[in-house]
Amino acid sequence: MNYDHILIRYGEMSLKGKNLKHFVARLYENVKMKLANFSNIQIKRNRSRMYILLNGEDPEPIMEQLKDVFGIQSFSLAIKSESEEEQIKEAVMFALTEPEDVKTFKVSVRRVDKDFPIGSQDMNRVLGGHLLSNTEGYSVDVHNPDIELQVEIRKDGTYITSKKIPGAGGLPVGTSGKSLLLLSGGIDSPVAGFLSMKRGVEMEAIHFHSPPYTSERSKQKVMDLAKQLTRFGHKLRVHVVPFTKLQQTIYREIPEGYGMTVMRRLMMKISERVAEKEGILSFTTGESLGQVASQTMESMNTINEVTNYPIIRPLVSMDKLEIIDISKRIDTYDISIRPYEDCCTVFVPSQPKTRPTREKINELEAKVDFSEELEETLESIEVIEFTEEAEQEDEFSDLL
Amino acid sequence: MIYFDNSATTKPFPEALKSFQQVSERYYANPSSIHSFGSETEKLLLQSKKQAAQLLNVNQEEIIFTSGGTEGNNLAIKGIALQHQNRGKHIITTTIEHPSVLEACRSLESLGFEVTYLPVDEEGRLRVEEVKNAIRNDTILLSVMHVNNELGTVQPIEEIGRIASHYPKMFFHVDHVQGLGKLPLDFHSSHIDLCTMSSHKIHGLKGAGMLFVKRNTSLFPLLHGGSQEASYRAGTENLAGIVAMVKALRMILDKQQSQYRHLENLNKQLRDCLKDLPQVMINSPEDSAPHILNFSVPGYKPEVVIHALGEKGIYISTKSACSSKNADESAVLSACGHQFKRSSSALRVSLSYDSTKEEAKTFCEAFKDVMNQLSEVMG
Repeated sequence: MNYDHILIRYGEMSLKGKNLKHFVARLYENVKMKLANFSNIQIKRNRSRMYILLNGEDPEPIMEQLKDVFGIQSFSLAIKSESEEEQIKEAVMFALTEPEDVKTFKVSVRRVDKDFPIGSQDMNRVLGGHLLSNTEGYSVDVHNPDIELQVEIRKDGTYITSKKIPGAGGLPVGTSGKSLLLLSGGIDSPVAGFLSMKRGVEMEAIHFHSPPYTSERSKQKVMDLAKQLTRFGHKLRVHVVPFTKLQQTIYREIPEGYGMTVMRRLMMKISERVAEKEGILSFTTGESLGQVASQTMESMNTINEVTNYPIIRPLVSMDKLEIIDISKRIDTYDISIRPYEDCCTVFVPSQPKTRPTREKINELEAKVDFSEELEETLESIEVIEFTEEAEQEDEFSDLL
Repeated sequence: MIYFDNSATTKPFPEALKSFQQVSERYYANPSSIHSFGSETEKLLLQSKKQAAQLLNVNQEEIIFTSGGTEGNNLAIKGIALQHQNRGKHIITTTIEHPSVLEACRSLESLGFEVTYLPVDEEGRLRVEEVKNAIRNDTILLSVMHVNNELGTVQPIEEIGRIASHYPKMFFHVDHVQGLGKLPLDFHSSHIDLCTMSSHKIHGLKGAGMLFVKRNTSLFPLLHGGSQEASYRAGTENLAGIVAMVKALRMILDKQQSQYRHLENLNKQLRDCLKDLPQVMINSPEDSAPHILNFSVPGYKPEVVIHALGEKGIYISTKSACSSKNADESAVLSACGHQFKRSSSALRVSLSYDSTKEEAKTFCEAFKDVMNQLSEVMG
């Protein structure tokens, strides 16, 4: 006997009514894509659970992958047995005695299939009694057991699990529409992207690149971040916007101090045009209130004037340290701290206005005609698509 | 020529050598330079690290590139000791470690650290109980080698690691220099915090190595300077050496998968031949790593045997090359409790995946000849 299944429990999507089917179907697709490399497994689903039949595959690497799939509340290794008393007893015995260092246990039966002749409470006692009288050295502890043996009795069989591994939570990516992530090379924006994806958002990204003021490496850094985010959403397209000309114009025409605000507004305008074209309905940014000059309430108000698209700001109330914690957890931190200039740092005046007003900025912008350069910029956007499995860097493969 | 001294160093794989040369020719820019040429070499460096991490089943940021085994062991031991001395100043290791571990520990003793050197049994094996009993409240580091370089004895690393995992204040370091590419070692299930590896023992080139440092483990650097290797190891990276090492790592792990049995067969062939000689006492335990076979010829001076075989173009060694020039006696064999006569007459044959049955046969015959020839004088 051995653990031959992984049982997946749904997150809050299980509260959905008629739409549940749609959520489950999406999660199924996402799990399937995530586990595409494990050729022997089979995945089954119903309204409340998903099951992975291992068919001999090593469960460890599979469970490692599942931790990155949004929509999963928790998962467990499971033994499947017939819904028949003796077989369940045998499986429970295995689950109890297999691990080392277990002294106390608890049995929790859930009888989903009401045709099964023994009720949940009675079955608890039956199984507990069976374990106690056929083993030595174990005792029951209902409050702090070393191991909790969960038994789900269903029509198609009974699943016995012992250890719950927390999943990523959230909603399956692809169930909440698309958003355009303003991706810089910093710590915040990838975390914002991650958190939006957690709520089921399918992400595209836009990056503003200003060669030669920013280097090829800073672009590479953004590409590496994008690639990293595919862990959670399988696919990410990055719209790389050549921003040098517009930045130079701003630098020349707009008084120092206001340049940053105007630049942000232009970024928003470009983003909106990209979103329109791609059928994207919102933006996601890494803004955190008060963190830097462009993220004061006044700046947000002034910058936001140019678009009426919703802007998702998952980090708006987070402290820098909380953001850093998440970035380390999702392995974007080490990429983000690579020390290259990004598009925002080169042109930023030493003392940007922290309290711009809409009136002042509109007045300054009215004196400059950005439209031609804006259209030109939109024409030359480069789109790069990343998928989780594709390996971008095979140029060195002969050396390594 | 028959080269049976692969535990001292190995012949570079032609592929690794080719990578070394190509990288030296094409990617010589400093990865820290900000121009695009530097960016290219930095990418190659990152890619090498990524591949090494994948091959070892660890995270990229858990690999520090070093100059080799000696540096790796020193960085692990001194780095942990100096960084965490406020937690305690007690270190545990064994009496049969490589000199780069033992001497690093002795140097720390002179700085006020206390070191327990655990004894081993006759086969050179550490008893897990001994480890348990030696751990104290102020123990900050346990350092145990995986495969012994003289005997080939394999330590029960996974079991030791399980014990170590109960002591969160204590770091567990494994010297994996002789084991890499020969025996599997799962860093995670063995609860290893630091693990030393070397390039030239796996058919890479001299001057490169790796230290695995588990996430959230901090070290005091040996070399201060630039911010290479997350500031744990300053100095311009030996990119050509690193790339060649990663190439060699990939190749040796393939060979470990497909040719392990071949090594076992060679080992058995040599054992069978040596067992029949009355002058020979085999020191390596039956279940030692298959690439190392250590035996003694009491009464014979090992150097004379080495030279006599050398005249026939056969190269083996006495004890580990790193300590061969000290006194006659093998410290490892003496730690196993062997008499002076045995521990001062040890010879080591060490094989590679490219060693052949014919070579083993030729060696056996040559060795018998040498024994006959010498017995007239020494026997």
